[in-house]
Amino acid sequence: MSLLSVDFVQRALLAALVTGLAAPAVGTYLVQRRQALMGDGIGHVAVTGVAVGLVTGASPTVTAIVVAIIAAITIEVIREKGNTSGDVALALLFYGGIAGGVLLTGLAGQSATTLNRYLFGSITTVDATDLWVTTVLAVVVVAACVGLAARLFAVTHDPEFAQVAGLNVRGYNLLISVLAAVSVTVAMRTVGLLLVSALMVVPVATAQQFARTFRSTLLMAMVLGTLVSVGGVLVSVAAPVAPGATVVMLAIVGFGLSFPVGVLLRRRSIAAAPIVEEDDAFDVPEPHTAVPEEHGHEHGPDCGHLAIPHGDHVDYVHDGHRHAPHGAHYDEH
Amino acid sequence: MNVLESRGLSVELGGRPVLRGVDLTVSAGEMVAVLGANGSGKSTLVRALLGLVPLRRGTSELFGQPLDRFSGWRRIGFVPQRTSATSGVPASVLEVVTAGRLPHRGPLRPLGRADKRAVRGALEAVGLTDRAKDRVSLLSGGQQQRVLIARALAVEPELLVLDEPTAGVDLATQDTLAQLIAGLVERGTTIVLVAHELGPLEPLIGRTVVMRQGRKVYDGAPLPSFQVLPQAHAHHLPTTGPEDHRPDLGTPLDRAAGGELR
Repeated sequence: MSLLSVDFVQRALLAALVTGLAAPAVGTYLVQRRQALMGDGIGHVAVTGVAVGLVTGASPTVTAIVVAIIAAITIEVIREKGNTSGDVALALLFYGGIAGGVLLTGLAGQSATTLNRYLFGSITTVDATDLWVTTVLAVVVVAACVGLAARLFAVTHDPEFAQVAGLNVRGYNLLISVLAAVSVTVAMRTVGLLLVSALMVVPVATAQQFARTFRSTLLMAMVLGTLVSVGGVLVSVAAPVAPGATVVMLAIVGFGLSFPVGVLLRRRSIAAAPIVEEDDAFDVPEPHTAVPEEHGHEHGPDCGHLAIPHGDHVDYVHDGHRHAPHGAHYDEH
Repeated sequence: MNVLESRGLSVELGGRPVLRGVDLTVSAGEMVAVLGANGSGKSTLVRALLGLVPLRRGTSELFGQPLDRFSGWRRIGFVPQRTSATSGVPASVLEVVTAGRLPHRGPLRPLGRADKRAVRGALEAVGLTDRAKDRVSLLSGGQQQRVLIARALAVEPELLVLDEPTAGVDLATQDTLAQLIAGLVERGTTIVLVAHELGPLEPLIGRTVVMRQGRKVYDGAPLPSFQVLPQAHAHHLPTTGPEDHRPDLGTPLDRAAGGELR
């Protein structure tokens, strides 16, 4: 227990606590936007930011934040355009970021060990200033993610509806990206830039196994993130293991344990809501089913609907189903 | 005052003209059906009217205010064309429907009594009160469509825009929707409905607009279906030359021509 009273261990635990709260909070919105790997991309580019700090002698944390925010905004702009070759642009950005970081670190005359502190985290070297910066940034991230939850949910769930509801969709999307960049740099010292995405996404995936609502997913992910983050640091105090990797492994083990439970829960709720068999109000002899539908349109070779020859007749694909004319009505395929 | 008024609307998507000079005016209390084949531009028309796609040419006004300066979003309910109401993270029916109150709430304002009443009313109207706490992803396609309709009703709109609410939806939901809309029409809500087939909604329609190849080809008394429009009456549209299409070269940092707003 005596180790826990050592200053750097206490700082490490505090840093782990705020990181564990902030990273999954933003991560929930990234998963909602189906961008689980965005944190990873920002992390790659932030390597260049750290290297800029090493070269210029400025604080690597500050330069990393600046570069990460620029990267996040660039990624968001590319995503918003919805360009088909956007992912190629992202690949350029990510690998350019990591290569630039390694090159610059070499130019600065720093060893790979220095860079490793940022790539894989080095929570035991967190000093009092680092802890303050990390805490303030984490508080900002958590306050925005929880306080603006209703709006951020609407924007990530259905951007078109959100826009017609008068929300500034582009602004909120940019905000999420900037928050992601900030939490990447917050988590940089704890789990490292290469593993940061895991702390943003894995607790969310675990929470999804149990939660029914968006709000409970968000809160549960934050609790789980804190548990694995603090737990991982405690383990690394007791045993000679790297804290960053321990945190991520704990998160993944947590997911592994929760997944079967989630499968069971979902199966049960599906069983509780069985598909209701409707009475066949249209007495049609087997083997065909008449489709009760208003049909002002006569299918033909030129009608534009996809025609599929089927035995002695032709089916037409229409409004999401496939059917064929039969006398006065239509038969379902 | 007109609820909707647009003149000469032209829209390009991916370098392809999707709307070509469409004029449309809808006055308060009207029930307008916008019909047309797939790719006729009917969906793009209402999306352009709501500012969801950039206009290439033309002007559009909502409630007498130009689109780019419009601020009365709490007067509009929108049911987008979607096949499901799910997204990456689980969400409950209640959470999705509550999003309909956002135009009435400040960024940090909690839900008020009026908000809760509107949400409850909207859930009741679509018959999903007992599913409010369930995950949206566990609902059937028709029920998910009803969730999206309830979300638009929760806005308590003066103008309700529905983009193909009946596509791929079971008959029970279509009937629920027809009853709902009949009630709204009675209360004077203006309704713009985009549809491929009208089904049970047909008797409610007050006016039909038919779109074909990005042009408005009919605007008048209700029609049961856009196919009823005699082909002979439609003049052959001028076949457009090669300048009609600007190809998207798609290098990583290019903006897709007329890039769709997402």
